[in-house]
Amino acid sequence: MSRLLYTLVATTLVVAPGLTWAASPPGAASCLGCHTVAAEGGPVPALGSFTAEQMVTAMQAFRSGSRPATVMNRIAKGFSDEEIKAIADWYARSKSK
Amino acid sequence: MAAGGVLAAFGIPAARAATKAAPRVVVIGGGFGGASCARLIKGEDRDITVTLVEANSTYIACPFSNAVIAGLRPLEQQKFGYDRVRAAGIEVIHRKVTAVDTKQRTVRLDDGKQLAYDRLVVAPGVELRFDAIPGYNEAAAEVLPHAWKAGEQTLLLRRQLEAMKDGGVVVMSAPANPFRCPPGPYERASLIAHYLKTHKPRSKLILLDAKDAFSKQKLFEAAWRELYPGMIEWVSLSSGGNVTRIETDTRTFVTEFGSHVADVGNVIPPQRAAAVAALAGVADQTGWCPVDPVSFESTLQPGVHVIGDAIIAGGMPKSAFSANSQARVCATAVVDLLRERKPASPKLINTCYSLVAPDYGISVAGVYQPANGLLTDVPGAGGVSALDAPKSMRAQEATYAEAWFKTITHGVFG
Ligand SMILES: Cc1cc2nc3c(=O)[nH]c(=O)nc-3n(C[C@H](O)[C@H](O)[C@H](O)COP(=O)(O)OP(=O)(O)OC[C@H]3O[C@@H](n4cnc5c(N)ncnc54)[C@H](O)[C@@H]3O)c2cc1C
Repeated sequence: MSRLLYTLVATTLVVAPGLTWAASPPGAASCLGCHTVAAEGGPVPALGSFTAEQMVTAMQAFRSGSRPATVMNRIAKGFSDEEIKAIADWYARSKSK
Repeated sequence: MAAGGVLAAFGIPAARAATKAAPRVVVIGGGFGGASCARLIKGEDRDITVTLVEANSTYIACPFSNAVIAGLRPLEQQKFGYDRVRAAGIEVIHRKVTAVDTKQRTVRLDDGKQLAYDRLVVAPGVELRFDAIPGYNEAAAEVLPHAWKAGEQTLLLRRQLEAMKDGGVVVMSAPANPFRCPPGPYERASLIAHYLKTHKPRSKLILLDAKDAFSKQKLFEAAWRELYPGMIEWVSLSSGGNVTRIETDTRTFVTEFGSHVADVGNVIPPQRAAAVAALAGVADQTGWCPVDPVSFESTLQPGVHVIGDAIIAGGMPKSAFSANSQARVCATAVVDLLRERKPASPKLINTCYSLVAPDYGISVAGVYQPANGLLTDVPGAGGVSALDAPKSMRAQEATYAEAWFKTITHGVFG
């Protein structure tokens, strides 16, 4: 199989070639139950479309309830500031790879 | 399990240590859990040989199969193949596993072939218990379908609803916990009621339950009052909902308090981990599989990991979303253990959407972490959709449900 095909196929699950889940912070993998990393235009935003700061701000606003949400308010409450920051940094890094 | 336990369970079989061959992982079951896990292991480390054994060449997904029953969606949209899983470098074998030897670390297939593994992932889903309700066996399911494994059964229930006269009575029964997809029976009752309301408005649905409470209950009941007034009658365990016998010739559901004759009947029987779990020695006396919540390694069989519907997951419900979340954590842990690293403590998410009507979605979400040997709810997180949410939010959740299905099936099979 060609390397290109492998890379195309693998990216949906692997995030970015060269960046492995082994080093990912707790919870990061579960985001991809609903979100993708690369934009695909559905109603659920792609995680790759945010900077780390934007993601931290959004998650904190979901958690405090200051930003209205359907589901993210309930999920954000399961993560501490440190965990949110680690996840946001990790996705920001995965994008730049 | 303590971290030491995880490390102690790690072992390289003699054959592999001698040859230094690439590590081999065999995954049993190509559903939301197993197919995800196989791809993630391969994606994480190309040098690992990954073999996926799945009985069927076409996977028929259960999420959204209730919409098929209600005539809102063709079954074709539920079908997925394994071409892209193969293209990801995984050997996919369409065979049934008939034996697992955890000492020799081999898996036997129904053509007699043997596969050796260094680590095994068991993701076989559930088996419907045809020994649990007297009168309800596989033959009875041809008359009163379960439709709890998507496919012909889904279509059978659909056809029966289509053939039913206006004014008919649909009787459903739901099992006690734990079972696959806790909100599933109530989503099904809702969507069948939607079909009845639009096509056979004088009909009625009775839902006999072996429980006194169910998932997203307040939301479902409020929606039923609003959308299907007088159409759905839920009979709780304490009001006589427990089905003690099924009589197929008269389509009768016998309960502790009386009996209900159905024009169309749907029995959702009690369940256990699929048979291969017992063959592999990873199921306990409950019929389900205890696992270490960090690595998803069986607490009964070192070197064997179990994910998805088959496990005792603590707070996590048996859902496709959970199976996929667990697959991600398990894949990383399997690679870590093969590479002699200690898996880190994970956090997992589940979100289950249910459709009460095509444009009316509700959800339950949770965040989980290992505690006391189980996956435990992170306090303060999760919960269900707001009871007083506006119509627009219900519509939004319905679009999220559809988007979730697209994203997850694309990730697993696309
Ligand atoms: C009506 C209904 C609606 C649902 N809706 C939702 C929903 O909206 N959201 C959600 O998240 N979940 C939903 N679910 C639940 C979801 O379908 C399951 O939780 C999910 O399929 C579990 O995945 P799994 O990988 O554990 O098992 P499965 O998906 O069942 O996969 C197991 C696979 O293993 C194979 N297998 C078993 N034994 C062997 C063997 N011996 N050899 C070879 N292969 C074998 C089987 O053929 C099967 O393909 C719903 C379920 C139902 C019934």
